[in-house]
Amino acid sequence: MSQEHSLNPENLPKDPAKATLEGRNKFLGLWFFLGGETVLFASLFATYLALRNSTAGGPSSQDLFGLELVFIMTILLLTSSLTSVYAIYQMKNYNFKKMQLWFGITAILGLGFLGFEIYEFYHYITDYGFTFRSSAFGSAFYTLVGFHGGHVVFGLSWLIAIMVRNAKRGLTLQNAPKFNTWALYWHFIDVVWVFIFTVVYLMGMVS
Amino acid sequence: MTNNTNIDKINSFQKQEQKQEMKHQVITFVLMIVFTLIAFLAVASDLDKIFVIPLILILAVVQVGFQFYYFMHMKDKGHEIISTLIFSGIWIAAVAILTFTTIIWW
Repeated sequence: MSQEHSLNPENLPKDPAKATLEGRNKFLGLWFFLGGETVLFASLFATYLALRNSTAGGPSSQDLFGLELVFIMTILLLTSSLTSVYAIYQMKNYNFKKMQLWFGITAILGLGFLGFEIYEFYHYITDYGFTFRSSAFGSAFYTLVGFHGGHVVFGLSWLIAIMVRNAKRGLTLQNAPKFNTWALYWHFIDVVWVFIFTVVYLMGMVS
Repeated sequence: MTNNTNIDKINSFQKQEQKQEMKHQVITFVLMIVFTLIAFLAVASDLDKIFVIPLILILAVVQVGFQFYYFMHMKDKGHEIISTLIFSGIWIAAVAILTFTTIIWW
């Protein structure tokens, strides 16, 4: 069977993302990348933890952070993680339309998260004068949270690109691994956020 | 003909299996939401920080475990190399955080 043919439940393997060598290599390659990403974020978290009390007379974490906004952002990103699980579930059922629908919902939730983050930064800068240059705490905060936000921007662009590019093709053994690796990347973004909301926001409001 | 019905059987079996797995994923998600709520409520309430900080850190670690093992399928077979990669990353993360928080104190 040629790879150009659209997949349907009668002619295809259990997991279309890992049916070809190329697919398995992409899968392994993405995990190599995620191992490196862990180290990248480790250095940013370590820097933040070391500098979070060096406010240089500027606003501190207790002055800035609010629980409600962070809670909404957390729920949005967590839910988008679940919707991408649904999308992969539909991929394994060879239901391309439903997969696209769930990925579409994931993208909307991700955009919502991004909107709140942009509002958050805007709020800190205009209402508190808290910028990247305010203090060591400011630099560490914007670098860590901003890097995560940058990953969300990249993830959304990546998702929209593969959704548009494959819209008319349907599901094939060629593009299934691409959607699968994207979903893994997105879960990793959520993993990083779990530590950000715990270490940066919650711990920042307690101490 | 017989061949076709065989394939149908396999597929309905696979579908069943996937449905089962999807159920576990939804349970995982509900637990993650509950952990998040507990963490936020612990911070919102005026409990002692000596108690709150370890609690929210443990909740975060468990939640991340769920993400890795269920959502990212690390519990499935054939993920040995992947576990090695991620745990190497986590090891370096731990060392980096320990180093930075102990050598910088001004």
